[in-house]
Amino acid sequence: MAIKLKKNIALSESGFIFDPSTGDSFSVNGTGLKILEFLKTGYDETFITEKLCEIMDADKKLIREDLDDFINHLKHLKMIVYDES
Amino acid sequence: MMNRKICIGITGLNAIDSPGPGVSVIRCLREAKEIDFRIIGLAYETLEPGIYMHDLVDKSYQIPYPSAGTEQIYKRLCFIQEREKMDLIIPNFDAELWNLIRLEPRLKSMGIHLFLPDRNQIDKISKVNLFEFATSNRIKTPQSKKINTLDELDEYAKEIEYPVVIKGKYYEAFITYNKDQLIYYHNKLNAKWGLPVIIQEFVNGNEIVIAGLGDGNGNTYGAIPLRKLYITDKGKGWAGVVIEDEEYINIARKFNESLHWKGGFEIELKRTNEDELYLLEINPRFPAWIYTAAAAGQNMPLMMVRMALGDNISPFNGYETGKMFVRYSWDHITDISEFQQISTLGEL
Repeated sequence: MAIKLKKNIALSESGFIFDPSTGDSFSVNGTGLKILEFLKTGYDETFITEKLCEIMDADKKLIREDLDDFINHLKHLKMIVYDES
Repeated sequence: MMNRKICIGITGLNAIDSPGPGVSVIRCLREAKEIDFRIIGLAYETLEPGIYMHDLVDKSYQIPYPSAGTEQIYKRLCFIQEREKMDLIIPNFDAELWNLIRLEPRLKSMGIHLFLPDRNQIDKISKVNLFEFATSNRIKTPQSKKINTLDELDEYAKEIEYPVVIKGKYYEAFITYNKDQLIYYHNKLNAKWGLPVIIQEFVNGNEIVIAGLGDGNGNTYGAIPLRKLYITDKGKGWAGVVIEDEEYINIARKFNESLHWKGGFEIELKRTNEDELYLLEINPRFPAWIYTAAAAGQNMPLMMVRMALGDNISPFNGYETGKMFVRYSWDHITDISEFQQISTLGEL
């Protein structure tokens, strides 16, 4: 099932993230922000991995593992919703 | 066009580490553009900071503590009313509601309006009866029990397992981890607020509070949920952020529909890590952070004044999330002559 960042999550250019439903706030680095923006747009993990490979000089498998870790963390923070459309 | 002039008596001017809501309520009223408010501070102690904040409070009077009895309070309010012609009193302490509700017809004949729930409604949500209220309304709430004797105290705490929360009848709550701490706080709360104390199961999680306003007919005119971001050792929110979640608004609506609450209120909840929501407390008045609700677009104290004076108004619709408060303490400078005046004459 496709995943998406919760609609109301506020992303700022500085990497400050605010979840208005819980009041939680976080800071992420540039890569984290890029991933969150991709997720908000609705891109899937495969597409995001490809995009990150273009930006970074790193092994694709490693990037995918790190991305999965990051997404799992977002799920734990209840910032991810499952898109059934 | 001339602004409308309204004179309001307000209690709860203490702004200490466990602040009363009075100063916040006044700040909300001072936002009104079309009403000139004359604010009369009604204070119990001579060192309540609001007394000395002359940009917020026009005149202050000392009044007797609720424990002095209805007649003493009535006499004092008669004296104040002769001079001030108050249109409305907004009480901001739980403990003073009983006397004012009892006095309501007499105050009304003097021209003083109140906008308060009735005794039965307050009784239902009081700390000692909350468990029954929550259970009958199918709302999850931590197990709790009214305790009148020392023997029952540790016995019940062991039954629900430490840590447990011990609460005073009206105010204050402490988390205790063993029998010694429990007895210490029991004695402290008993000396201050009397018996019973309430022993409550400790639930871990994020504290969510909802400030709301009911019209007395089951309608919710305002509701703002806020997540406490920083909590002091007294359990008071020292920072918080306005959040959006329809579930919280629905809780406020359900509360009003079920009780037909008239006036301001605060619902305290806890959201556990397992995403379960528990009702901790309902306060029969606006909270000390009510100015944040006004900043988010719902000036509930001002709306309540209009409702109390019979204006035709519509409920608030929507608010701005992400508004935050960060509380601070401030050395307000005054002069000994002011302290002398309130101490000797009972007014300033």
